[in-house]
Formats: sequence, C-alpha cells, structure tokens
Amino acid sequence: MKTLKLPKRQLDFFASVLQRFGEIHAPVEQNGRFVFRHLDRWSDARLDYDRTILPPKKYFLPPRETLLTYRPERGYTPASEDLDRRIVLFGVHACDIYALNILDQVFSGRYPDPYYGTRRRTIAIIGIDCTPDEHCFCRSMRADDVESGFDLFLHDIGSHYLTMVGTALGDDMVLAARELFQEITRTDIDEYKRRSEEKHEQFRLKVEIRDLSEIVEMEYEHAIWEQLGRRCLACGSCSMVCPTCYCYDVLDEAELGTTAGRRLRRWDSCLFSSHALVAGGENFRASRASRIKFRFYHKQRGFVAEYGRPSCVGCGRCIAACPVGIDIIEVLNQLRGVEHASA
Amino acid sequence: MHRPSQLRTARERPADVGDPLAPPTANRVQEVNGRREYNPVRDANPYLPHQARLVRIFKMVDNNWLFTFRFTDEGRARGFDHRPGQFVMLSIPGAGEAPISISSSPSRPEVLELCVRRVGRVTDALYRLRSNDLVGIRGPYGNGFPVERIQGHDLLIAAGGLGMAPLRSLVWYVLDHRDRFGRLTLMYGARTPETMLFRDELVSLVDRDDLTCLLCVDADPKGTWTNPICRLPTLFDRVTLDPARAFAAVCGPPAVYRFVLQRLLDYELPKDRILMSLERRMKCGIGKCGHCSVGYKYTCIQGPIFTYWDAINLPEMI
Repeated sequence: MKTLKLPKRQLDFFASVLQRFGEIHAPVEQNGRFVFRHLDRWSDARLDYDRTILPPKKYFLPPRETLLTYRPERGYTPASEDLDRRIVLFGVHACDIYALNILDQVFSGRYPDPYYGTRRRTIAIIGIDCTPDEHCFCRSMRADDVESGFDLFLHDIGSHYLTMVGTALGDDMVLAARELFQEITRTDIDEYKRRSEEKHEQFRLKVEIRDLSEIVEMEYEHAIWEQLGRRCLACGSCSMVCPTCYCYDVLDEAELGTTAGRRLRRWDSCLFSSHALVAGGENFRASRASRIKFRFYHKQRGFVAEYGRPSCVGCGRCIAACPVGIDIIEVLNQLRGVEHASA
Repeated sequence: MHRPSQLRTARERPADVGDPLAPPTANRVQEVNGRREYNPVRDANPYLPHQARLVRIFKMVDNNWLFTFRFTDEGRARGFDHRPGQFVMLSIPGAGEAPISISSSPSRPEVLELCVRRVGRVTDALYRLRSNDLVGIRGPYGNGFPVERIQGHDLLIAAGGLGMAPLRSLVWYVLDHRDRFGRLTLMYGARTPETMLFRDELVSLVDRDDLTCLLCVDADPKGTWTNPICRLPTLFDRVTLDPARAFAAVCGPPAVYRFVLQRLLDYELPKDRILMSLERRMKCGIGKCGHCSVGYKYTCIQGPIFTYWDAINLPEMI
C-alpha cells in the first residue's frame, strides 16, 4: 500500500484541500461527548476523541430515510434525497471502518441496497488511529486495524502522520496536496512499529472469541439469558449505537390531506417487542430474555454462519450506552465460564 | 492466532454494491437512454414495487379472500416466473407493504393469485379495494419448494387450516407436470367446510385418479360435508408412504406441525425430505431488515421453505 507521511502542523491545510472532495465531517465535542458532524471550522475537529455516540453508520444507513414516494397517478418512485451529497468523513477509527466493511456484506449480495451502495461511493473515509480506553476490546474482535475500507488512514508517529493510501480517490487527495507529503524513512517505520506495539499493550479488556459461536449455541439454555432478561429494559440503546446493527423497520406515511405518501425506513432493534411480531399477534420472541439472547446469538453465532465472523467489532459503545450496565464482555466470559479477564 | 477476516469489502468488490456490472436484479430498467447516467437507486432498486392491477376478488372464506393480480406492464405480466412456495411483497398505496405467499402455480402464468388473511393494516386496506384498483408487487422472493429435488419422488402434501395457501401452488405445479413426479397425496384438514380454503376446487380433485386427495373437517355444523369428519393426522390411516422415495410438504398451525411431523417420523421419512413453509415478520424480503431471522437463518432468503432438519437446528423455529 502506498504510504507517505504528512507533517502534523500541515493537517489543517490538508483538510482545507480536502474540501474540494466534499463537505468535511469529523468528530466534534458536544456536551462532553463526541459526535460526527459537518465542521464549521477545522479547529472544532477533535481527533483525540474516544468514541462518537453514534457510529458512522448514520451516514450510510440514516436513522430515518425515505425509500420511495407514492403519487396516485405515478405509482411508486424511488426517492433520492441527499444521495449525491459528497462528504469526506475525517477521523474514523479502525473498528468503525471494520464495521462498515461488515455492513457492506449485508447490503450487497444478491440484492444490493442502492441507497447504502450509493452513499458508500459518495462518502470518502479518512481513518485515524486511536488509543484504547476502558471500554475498547476491538483487539479481541480482530478489528483493531483494517486493511481496506478507507481512502486514507493516518497513523500518529509523533511529528507526522504516516498516511496509508487505500484507494484511487485517496491517491487523488494526496496528489491534490502533494507538496505537503513526504516519503517515509526507516525511522518512521520503526516508530510506527513501536507505537503499534505500545498500543496493543494498552488494551485492558479482553475476550476470547475462539469457539464462541459453538459456545453460544451450546449455552442456548444458560441461566444467564433469564437473568439478563430481568435486567434489560428493552430500550434498544445497544442496537442504536452499534456500528454493525442494521435492522430496520419500514413504514408508509401519508401526506396529510392527499392520497400521496412516502415509504421510509428507520432503525429498529431486535430488543423491541414488535421485532418478531407477525400479523395476527403471534410473537416469536415475546419475552425480553428471548430477545436479548437473540441479539447475542445473532451477532456471535448467526452472523458467523452467514458471513464468516461475528458482527461485533469491539467498539465498546453498547457497554457505555446500556442504562443498566449490561456488559458484553461479562456476558461472553460468563458463557465461556471464565472470570472477567483484564489484559 | 488465526485471523478470521475473510471480509471482502465494498472497495475490493465495488461490483456488488449497486454497480452497473452487478448481476441483473428484478428492477433493472429495460431501456436505458444512452446518455442517461446509470443510477442504481433509480435503475436497479430492489425496494421498488411494480404496478399491478387487481383483476378479481373471490370471497373464498370469511377473512380469507383470494385476490388475482396482473402486472400492468405486459412484459412483466408474461415474464413473471416463480417457484411454488415463494412469496411476494404486496404494497397497498397509503397502507404499507406485507409479505404474501403465492397461491397460484407458475404452470398457470400471467396472473398471480394471493390468498390473503385479513389481519392487519395492509390487508385491511386490500379488502377495501375494488376490481381494477392498482397495487404494487415486488418479488418473487424466498427459496420456494425444491421441485427439482422432488421430481421423480412421491410427494405427500399435508396442510392444516390456512396452511393450504402456500401449498396450493405446489399442488397445481405437480398436477400440471404430472409425469415428472411419482405418487401424489394431498391431505388437508380445516375446522369446518366453511373455513376450508379452495374448497370447491379441492373437492373436485377427490375423484381424480392421478392423486389421492383426502379432505377432512373437524366439524360440520351445517351438515353439508360428504368427505371425512376427523382430525388431519387421522388421515394418515388411509395412506401409505414409502420413506425410500417420498418427500413431504407441510404447512399449518403449530398443532399440525406437532402431530403431522410425528406421523412422518414414524414412517421414518428422512428429516431433510420433510419440507415446511414458515411465516415470519418481514419488512424487506431481501435479507436486509433483520426481522425474519430464525436462529441464524433469514426466512426471506434461506426460507420460507425449511426442512425439518433445519427446524431442529434453528432455535424458536416452530
């Protein structure tokens, strides 16, 4: 992979060049926490953020999105609001990029989702490395670094960012500011390796995912599910903040006073009681215990069967968001029958 | 430690995410103006229903009417092809969209017959429509019955109550390709003659000699029924089944699965030759929205037809 370096003091200048490629969106602070947002000015960007409240999936699968409009005389027409908006998403962490690579699998396949697919092509991604905190376990989920899914990826090596160029678009970005970039040296590579090692030693959370799908399968009747069912509020926060949760509900909305309307989708959660409810009132997962079990089962077992790996990247958002303190690490360790391990 | 990242990403294979070179999906425009830029949202949108006309309403059973549709686009009306056991997503303007299994056989093309239970917002709106009204239909979706695998074998079709709706397509498919299949047995039980789906049509099959058609009702309060009055599993006493060369297709309420499956297993019919049609909540029909998952499978993509072997291995299946 083409790799260059960018002096840190030139980052703001590079960002101004990037505006040619789209609106710059980056993490900014909001009431002590972080959100991805359109930058008013570069100085608002907080590249030292821990995690954003919502993952970048909100750009690709918006919380609420019109799919079709309906007019009696024309029938259904695809909606295309905001689909040609070019955005540069600056400062995405590796786990979140990994999560998008996972979502790509869901939204491609035999029936590619054209809304997701279009946004995936119009939104550029510039990744940045990070330091694990008390909720991070991306290393355990093998999502602490990514080989693809970004246009550029910036690694902090002190005075510079080591810049990996992932796509042709990323190369165009570099070439648009070619005077800022320099060749990397042996010292830079050594510094990158040193920092990488240092980072890996900072993980405090660890979970073993070997055999996890078999264990989840075998422990389908484990007492923990009933216990979790009694604690879980079925609020769905864990799904909303999860970078790989993609369930959505579809609903039709009529325009007041007319027979026209639109069909939209909005985020849904398998923890909501209506998730497996069919017409006529039969509910295949009526109890909260069955629903929270399903969430774990689908991520750690179902997704593995379908796509070859768990659909969890270890971002830690669900741990941070759960109002009753349900902690995925504790759950997985209890299923495995080991103590809460700290690395 | 091994790295389970067999992930292929969008950027490595952009062709898969709404790309012009991707395999054609149902909604690909047939005529693309040479200068018009290809746009997957407009030109290959799997969520876009196609306009269809309601051509016939048959008030078959209370709250279970049979609706016949025809696509307004002639090419689509003639070109629509499906497998028995597949379903479509039916859109009623202003009300929403719902998955409905196809009751007509692909051997009788050009129209789609949907047996729809009046049970929610979308179906309520459908029951208020009149002939010639327009709806939206997309599909067909799901795996359908593995008719190629069943060919050359005997087939026992067992339906209880509303379970006849998805199986009726299979019945006519086999009857219309009669020479490709071995012995055909149809067993169908309803509560009363008044609640029996496709009653007149099925009663007319009883005297045919190219299948064994056994129909029963639990009760006959009006005294009009001339066929057996008994529970569905009792009909097994009147049939023989050769487990070495039979398939079974089953659909019905949970009690039907419980008793019929037991009878089939008593015959030592292999578990992967017992086929069942499942119902789940569905919002997309194309494996994205997540609602129809059972265990680790999606009803809309890997189903709605599952084998009994699948059912044993998927939690919460029946």
